[in-house]
Amino acid sequence: MDSQAQPNALALLSGDEAVALAALDAGVTLGTGYPGTPSTEILETFEKLGGRAQWSPNEKVAMEVAIGVAFSGARALVTMKHVGLNVAADPLFTVALTRLDGALIVVSADDPGMASSQNEQDNRRYALAAGVPMLEPSDSQEAYEFTLRAIELSERWQCPVLLRMTTRVCHSKTVVRRGSVRIAPPGAPHFEHDFPSRVMIPAYAKPAHRRLRKRLAEIAAWNDAEGLNQLIPGSTSVGIITSGVAFQYVREAAPEASVLKLGVTYPLPIERMRSFAESVDLCYVIEEGDPYLVEAARTAGISVEGKPEAYRFGELTTARVRRILEEDDTPEPKPVPGKPPALCPGCPHRSAYGALKNLNCLVPGDIGCYSLGVLPPYEMMDTLVCMGAGIGVGLGMRHSLPPDEARRVVSVIGDSTFVHSGITGLVEMVYNPPETGHVVLILDNGTTAMTGMQEHPGTGRTLAHSSTGKVNFEALVRSLGIQNVFVIDPVKDAAEFEKLVKDCLEKPELSVVIARRNCLLAAGAIRALELSEQARCGDEQTN
Amino acid sequence: MSRPIKVSRPTNVVVAGLGGQGVLKASDILAEVAFAAGVDVKKSELHGMSQRGGSVSSDVRFGERVFSPMVPEGEADFLVVLSPDQVPVNAAALREGGVLIEPSLIDEAKLPNKKSINVALLGVLSRHVQFSEEAWIAALKQNLAEKLHQANLTAFYLGRKA
Repeated sequence: MDSQAQPNALALLSGDEAVALAALDAGVTLGTGYPGTPSTEILETFEKLGGRAQWSPNEKVAMEVAIGVAFSGARALVTMKHVGLNVAADPLFTVALTRLDGALIVVSADDPGMASSQNEQDNRRYALAAGVPMLEPSDSQEAYEFTLRAIELSERWQCPVLLRMTTRVCHSKTVVRRGSVRIAPPGAPHFEHDFPSRVMIPAYAKPAHRRLRKRLAEIAAWNDAEGLNQLIPGSTSVGIITSGVAFQYVREAAPEASVLKLGVTYPLPIERMRSFAESVDLCYVIEEGDPYLVEAARTAGISVEGKPEAYRFGELTTARVRRILEEDDTPEPKPVPGKPPALCPGCPHRSAYGALKNLNCLVPGDIGCYSLGVLPPYEMMDTLVCMGAGIGVGLGMRHSLPPDEARRVVSVIGDSTFVHSGITGLVEMVYNPPETGHVVLILDNGTTAMTGMQEHPGTGRTLAHSSTGKVNFEALVRSLGIQNVFVIDPVKDAAEFEKLVKDCLEKPELSVVIARRNCLLAAGAIRALELSEQARCGDEQTN
Repeated sequence: MSRPIKVSRPTNVVVAGLGGQGVLKASDILAEVAFAAGVDVKKSELHGMSQRGGSVSSDVRFGERVFSPMVPEGEADFLVVLSPDQVPVNAAALREGGVLIEPSLIDEAKLPNKKSINVALLGVLSRHVQFSEEAWIAALKQNLAEKLHQANLTAFYLGRKA
């Protein structure tokens, strides 16, 4: 994609790329986030187009930095996958009460069907729970336009706006006309004291909550009167209310039906939905995931047909929408199972899991490529809950299992995940140590591998791969007061690695073993970056 | 009441194989060719877990107007499979009378680089769809590093003439 492309130029873009292009065209000051499929390419593209984008250690911090940008009269974009919004939920719920001076766009990239996630939560529920307006694009053109519209709404109502995408919108490429929507340029960054609107002590938060509900009522009225809804006239016998990518399946499965496609799905244009439903003999609601729209419609007394519970699981498709509309309840065809993913041949995690298997360990694990250790031939991960959970879960197992069993427990976590949510687990370990001690194994492969080789604070390089401050894991761990801290190459020193873990397991002490060897796929690129950095430092010294 | 205008059915292509074989590269090239021809085009793929050596597939649809980015099961006009063991996994994608394009159509001994099987199979596909040779060559060059151009052009013509 060319950042200098002419206005009105057409391009074939993914939804993620389209959001990045819109952010560029809107003059977004800063994009923040944490890598997570299917959201990762938004910030990477924004940076490539010339925008300023940063990876944060986790989504909560990314959200907080973005809030600071929006409090300063500038435009902020913060991106994450659906489960990332759980991490960032704390700031989200309270920033919703505040008054922004700029724009704050929160991208939640949901993964219905779990192509690459640990759950298929439907983050439309967050918009409702936090009281944050939400837009749902259905293709890349709308991803572009809705990002711009979201900025407009955010500035008009001085509140954060959720841009809720899904895997098929994020990763499908469709034709985008740049410049199809234009918004006012951003104002100059500034900060003004406004204690009642920004300092959420109870005395100020109570009236702020009332203002939030009033604002949402205003936005609902706007959504009914104007909004970003699309009405496609058709048959008066069947009408369909839908949003997001489900709209595409609806149009293909039922080209003759009348369709009300919703753009802003919180707060809902309830009166529009009501009059649409009344204009047809039978009104369906077709939505992916939870029965969010159908419940809202029924609560408002609108008579609609939803989908059978079976379609709550997995993605919708054109075929599934046809089945819903035809009330076909024969068993769905089962896909032929493909070849499952596996740890790459030569992956350093293989060596680490080999040792844990030999030692007959119990492994509370974590999220990354190394999650594949649960599959044959290793089958060496016993739990996976969320980012960073492996350490806390391991401590809980150590506290409760009989000593002989407890001594088999090793918490396993990757480098990026350790920075994201593992550090507080270590603090817990120091503060509430199990009687048998504990062993944490950090699999440091020098990159956020699973999401596509992103940098993180432990690599010492920014999102754009330039040199920056580096969090030294071993120094950090030692500073917490953990007795036994080791750094070892699990491939080169495989036998020693296994012996080291065995020794640590036998001691009633706290140990952290950092198994450090670069990801096989990233090693070449990391080496090239290190060499160019060395050359740059050399130049500086000779100058 | 206004009746919706009848639009013609899009052409549906499913490209499948294993992670690392160039499935997504092939579908990108095909989508670019269709885009350059000025028709509506959508391309779907999945990233992340699915890339670690496991089964990968990507859908490309083009025509007057495309809605779903995914090819509905049993509606693929062309199924391009880069790895023979992935044919049974994806066979249900193909419509009755659809065309299966698989590695056995190519004399692999004549491939300058075995990794170019994805482009060679695009060469086979190019005979079935109405895009100019120039558009294919331009998309190939645009999507591949310059040092790979010669090997891939050879692979493309090997498939196109197969």
